Amino acid sequence: MPNRVAIIGVGCTPAQPTTPYLSFKELMFQEAERAYLDAGIEASEVESFVTCAEDLNEGLSIFDEYTPDQLGAVQKPMHTLTQDGLHGIADAVMQIQSGLVELVVVEAHSKASNILTPEWILDYAVDPVWNRPLGFNPHAIAGLEMNVFLHETGITPDQCAHVTAKNRTNALRNPLAAYPARTAPGDVADSPYAFYPLRETEMARTADGCVVVVLASDDRARAGKSQPVWVRGVGFANDSSTLESRDWIRAEYCRVAAQMAYRQAGIHNPGRDIHLFEVDDTYAYKELQHLVALGLYSRPGDAGRAVASGVTKPNGETPVNVSGGALGMGLTLEATGLYRVAELVAQLRKQAGARQLPHAKVALAQSWRGVPTTSGAVVVLSSE
Amino acid sequence: MSGEPRTVRGTPLELADLKKGKVFTTAYVPKIQYAWDTGVAIGRYLEELKNGRLIARRCQRCQRTMVPPRMFCERCFRSTDEWVYVQDTGTVNTFSLCYVSWDVRRLKTPEIPAVIEIDGASPGMGIMHVLGKVNPKQVRVGMRVRAVWKPPPQRTGSITDILYFAPIKGKTTKVGTAKKPR
Ligand SMILES: [Zn+2]
Repeated sequence: MPNRVAIIGVGCTPAQPTTPYLSFKELMFQEAERAYLDAGIEASEVESFVTCAEDLNEGLSIFDEYTPDQLGAVQKPMHTLTQDGLHGIADAVMQIQSGLVELVVVEAHSKASNILTPEWILDYAVDPVWNRPLGFNPHAIAGLEMNVFLHETGITPDQCAHVTAKNRTNALRNPLAAYPARTAPGDVADSPYAFYPLRETEMARTADGCVVVVLASDDRARAGKSQPVWVRGVGFANDSSTLESRDWIRAEYCRVAAQMAYRQAGIHNPGRDIHLFEVDDTYAYKELQHLVALGLYSRPGDAGRAVASGVTKPNGETPVNVSGGALGMGLTLEATGLYRVAELVAQLRKQAGARQLPHAKVALAQSWRGVPTTSGAVVVLSSE
Repeated sequence: MSGEPRTVRGTPLELADLKKGKVFTTAYVPKIQYAWDTGVAIGRYLEELKNGRLIARRCQRCQRTMVPPRMFCERCFRSTDEWVYVQDTGTVNTFSLCYVSWDVRRLKTPEIPAVIEIDGASPGMGIMHVLGKVNPKQVRVGMRVRAVWKPPPQRTGSITDILYFAPIKGKTTKVGTAKKPR
């Protein structure tokens, strides 16, 4: 990637089921202070700000009006993307690569606990004329997708159960995780169906949290005091999301986003060139579907065999969601992708404590915007 | 070109056609609900409203006393330092006479939203409220006002614990004498 860009600072609060003690502004201020300290900068040095938020999740229209004060962004360029935080990283990278600015802050948070009717917000995302009147719970879209995904790939429900077991167990080593639990695949198989073939324990639960990331140009990063983690590639894409005619089996948005990022990063064999993956696991089968779309397996069914045989465990050949993923850490709305990035930065800086992987140098984060969307992003990071 | 507009093929529709059901429409009423965490600053602010008091936060670096209170100073980008009580009196910084209600009814007696610079807070620091017990024709920028509170048992910890701000008799200052914000 020409004009290298680095992540030089991260602030993130532990994901938690509720955060009644702080307003979203106070949460953002706290993590901004942490990120700027980590980056060794003052807020006054930051030239541009990107926040990632969805008005309906906030309960506030035109949400970018509510973000400058607590980030130090008063009278500075700033905008809000209605996207996952990884799109914000891509946005910041483009601002820096264009030569417009040298220091950009990306923020995303979740106050999911403040939304009393989350199903209604999901319903609001479904086509109002020909889908909404049918009245089904929008999580059923995940059930529909999982069913045909398993049917076509030969991946089994038991293999999907291994994803939940792995991620929630991984979360026990992560002090930032909201839902750690020592979980066996059998525990998942015993849990009730929510949207057949999807079981309750295979759905990530929402959590509150906030992540602030500081990105810098090559010059700026090398002159700074903090340990930079380099952005090697970014990609983002949408598929056609029409429920009646979408591709239910391949996560094409993820494949296209990955190809875009791989081109920039010069990655030809992701399974060999990338040592650590943090991917979307909003629903357990999604981790497998996304790994297939990222090009890790020649046959889709291999994704199921890999998780069941432990290849994607922290001590396996290709660790996936060492952080615990969304199943273990909690689904933090637009901040979900940035929690994946925060884990990679900790790993690549060798600051991941009990979760530290010994040899990770190149790592990938991937996000998906949840049902009913076909929207995703990929970021490839490296320590060198 | 003639002055006549070019006719476009199509079906002309009027309101009556819609009412008769000649056009299909879909109606949807969202039932989305939130309960926002007030946090430290606004939580304390609301608690003090219930007590019949206004509280602010001070930033030692820029020496500003900020109301409504906040835990961070947006100018200095640092944590604010201390709680201070401010008065429930102040000066009208700006106001509007609203002859249309929020649900678009025509009003004979206007509603009067106003920003009131609170005594004890820094110049330019005010709270948004409404004026009451005042002749709309006599409202002026620079007018001195005082909060009229709900009786204590009716207060809930809300900005509406103050019913309105009313003029302080004989204290109406001339237009343009309000302190300029820094
Ligand atoms: Zn200050």
